[in-house]
Amino acid sequence: MSDKTDITLTINGQSHAIRVESRRTLADAIREDCGQTGTHIGCEHGVCGACTVLVNGEPVRSCLMFAQQADGKQIRTVEGLADGDEMHPMQRAFMENHGLQCGFCTPGFLMLAVGVLEREPDISDHDLVDVLSSNLCRCTGYQNIIKAVRAAAVEMRQS
Amino acid sequence: MTIHTKGTGTTWVGRSIRRLEDPALVTGRGRFTADMPATHWVRFVRSSVAAGTIENITAPGGAGTVTAKDLAKLKPIRPMLSKFNYVAVGQPILADGVVRFTGESIAAVYAPSKDQAEDIADQVEVEISEGAPLIDAMDALAEGAPLVHADTKHNVIVEGRIATPGFEDVWKTAHKVLHVEARSHRQNATPLEARAGHASYDASTGRVTLTCTTQMPHLTRTAVCDILGIPESDLRVVAPDVGGGFGQKMSLAPEYVLLVWLARKLRSSVAWTEDRRENLIASFHSRDQHVQLEGAFDKSGKLLALRGDIVANIGAYSCFPTTCGVEPLMALAELPGPYDVRAYDCRSRGVMTNTCPMAPYRGVSRPVITFVLERLMDKAAAAFGIEPTELRRRNLIDKFPYTSATGLVFDDGSYKETMEMAIKAIDLDAFRKRQKIARDAGRYLGIGLATFSERTGYGSPAFAARGMEITPGFETVYLTIDPSGFVEARIGSSPHGQGLRTSLAQIIADEIGIDPEFIKVVHGDTDRSPYGWGTFASRSLVLSGGASLLAAQKIRAKLLKMASHFLEAAPEDITLQSGSAHVIGTDRSVTIASMARAAYHQTHIFKGEIEPGLTETGTYDPSGTFSNACHVAIVEVDIETGRVEMEKFLVAEDAGLIINPMIADGQVHGGVAQGIGNALLEEIIYDETGNILTSTLADFLPPTTHEIPEIELHHIETLTGNSITKAKGLGEGGAIGAPAAVISAINDALSPFGISIDEMPATPQRIRAALRASGKLPSNGKLA
Repeated sequence: MSDKTDITLTINGQSHAIRVESRRTLADAIREDCGQTGTHIGCEHGVCGACTVLVNGEPVRSCLMFAQQADGKQIRTVEGLADGDEMHPMQRAFMENHGLQCGFCTPGFLMLAVGVLEREPDISDHDLVDVLSSNLCRCTGYQNIIKAVRAAAVEMRQS
Repeated sequence: MTIHTKGTGTTWVGRSIRRLEDPALVTGRGRFTADMPATHWVRFVRSSVAAGTIENITAPGGAGTVTAKDLAKLKPIRPMLSKFNYVAVGQPILADGVVRFTGESIAAVYAPSKDQAEDIADQVEVEISEGAPLIDAMDALAEGAPLVHADTKHNVIVEGRIATPGFEDVWKTAHKVLHVEARSHRQNATPLEARAGHASYDASTGRVTLTCTTQMPHLTRTAVCDILGIPESDLRVVAPDVGGGFGQKMSLAPEYVLLVWLARKLRSSVAWTEDRRENLIASFHSRDQHVQLEGAFDKSGKLLALRGDIVANIGAYSCFPTTCGVEPLMALAELPGPYDVRAYDCRSRGVMTNTCPMAPYRGVSRPVITFVLERLMDKAAAAFGIEPTELRRRNLIDKFPYTSATGLVFDDGSYKETMEMAIKAIDLDAFRKRQKIARDAGRYLGIGLATFSERTGYGSPAFAARGMEITPGFETVYLTIDPSGFVEARIGSSPHGQGLRTSLAQIIADEIGIDPEFIKVVHGDTDRSPYGWGTFASRSLVLSGGASLLAAQKIRAKLLKMASHFLEAAPEDITLQSGSAHVIGTDRSVTIASMARAAYHQTHIFKGEIEPGLTETGTYDPSGTFSNACHVAIVEVDIETGRVEMEKFLVAEDAGLIINPMIADGQVHGGVAQGIGNALLEEIIYDETGNILTSTLADFLPPTTHEIPEIELHHIETLTGNSITKAKGLGEGGAIGAPAAVISAINDALSPFGISIDEMPATPQRIRAALRASGKLPSNGKLA
């Protein structure tokens, strides 16, 4: 297990040249090798979605992807959502609508919702709830997450 | 930062201001324990069997390995109760010769990376001579059952009984007696962040900083230091951002003791991040109870007497600091719920088994006893041929203060009012019509209702009744306006998602006239916060809120006195608002910031009449206050598959004065969602050998957006004299009422089959089994 490979992860536009074992998950590489700890790990078996990031624009569970598979791809994490001090509409909507409590699942929900709405801006309310069932939240009962994502969807369509 | 308000009014209290916690958490700048780098990573080698004797442990050469032998000088975890026939048992930090549950730590290995530690742990060979495990509490009660702890006489570790005088005389007068035999299966609180700890040794001072996912930083410090035999000044405990707890993170994790011991031994930093499997099998469980309940009713449906027998499976050890009495004794004291019943006879036992230890989980026993009691009330309603709501109307308490048969004093509440509000909002009559039409078409809709009380915000007097060696209670707040004019409130509570920083800032803001955005609430650091008990038992808003108010009132008095110097006006003619002191009816004012400077740097101007500095302390230790609510669930049951579709959920609740409506609603939403999960999906399943079959989130099933319907909330605010802020707690209520309401709705839906689902969770398998057993399942869509 000690064979390591040189790869480059591009996270939020920044290149990280790292050496990883084949078994290194993308989640661990993002957090430990690249120091971007905003992406959280909740189960390491692809159920909870806390580790969701965007890889080439698609929401991905980074605990189920090997770091080497993301070599050379564009990765976006929660740290890259805001534009300087200007928060992304999804981040604002989560704050305005109390879409988070402990905040542990939040980065995963933000990336899932942003990824889906960028791909499918006119997604129906029903389909949106279906998509949001991909991730687990233990605090909010989902009421305000759904409200927040719907509010952000309206704003993202207008911009 | 701009504070957006949704509410209106002239006070900060009562407004839905945005949370001060959120900006960091939505930008990835939250700091959780697992985010910290460490020199050594720890992996625990856990028992793969439920009961047995350790014959041999072989670690690969050169690996850093710790076993019980290395920890001989450490005391076991041994929390105490002085009442209720409590038998103290000790839990070693690592299994010492005997393993008592699957997942118990046998050894710890450490390596420079997590991956390496896991690789080494996999190579540690443990030989265990297997014993016969006890999994179900009923088996552990049986005559001649093996003992989980050889140094005890039996597996009953705590036993309480309350019997009111003359019980049998009352019982004899019953017109009808109804009986429920209920089973609540084992569950896991499942915070999205599993546990984690990081211990770092400081070579210059010899101190260790333990950063960990705890709800109780000070109690963690006390416990770890007692076990290691070191002064508390040698340990700092930090609870950084904590990703939910729901009770699971309030009990002491033996893993944290090991981390501190190892950091001291290695004079370095060591860390452990629990994985989800460990969390599901070896963190804490709860709700595993058998309950027998009988109710005696008079002719009019009035409940005369309750007789109960509760058996709580508390697992292999007793959790610190509450002890394993927490579930059985809570059930014993609170079983009668919100109903007026004068005669009560109940026995409640905590029984040891070879399963993961039990600890508090949101609601603590009350989700179970509410479910059982509401089953009894529903059965009684059916027996009397009246609507369940009518039976409750005849039994809910409505005169306050009300002293229960178990001696609890209920302060002002709105038990009947919230129920009537809920019935009206849900339109019960319209539902019954819709239900009938659906039934005729072969569809099974049901409505279920739960009325309950939620004991919140109780201090040391209430906990003292349990005879706890460590009796939780007070909270203290140190409130300071520093020379910069900013405000810092250091609190002993340890919130982990509840938005307490925001709510406390609102309480303080109204008192001292400084907007919440300038008030920083500091918590979760034993070096910075006053000794306190942490966040659990729906207490923090009541206790830390009360302590904040008391401290803020003192600061206010001092500010008014200072302003009277500056403005040459009487204190009663001065108001504090938006950062300034104003003389009412004039344009004369002075900023609080400039007074704060003076309080430190220009003290001579007060001529000795005002003490230097601007720090005040508030401590609050109240008797407690009861919140109440009525929950209503509407479900549809698919009789072919046993699947339950949640159509709607409605809550009418009363938690006193609401400090921040947005945050309060969020607490209810989250509790209800957990309650729905508890009612339908979540179950830790052991096989007969004591192996856990539900060790992933694909097997143990927290609900998703698919299972949680729209939750409609209604509020009543009954102002109580039992809380100086007038706020009651509400963190647990959602989870207390929802299981009862959901299972009641399922039973209502299935009433044509003459069955009763008295198990939680009511899984499709259980529903189908009951339907099959009814013999009434249709072969062609019509009832047999």
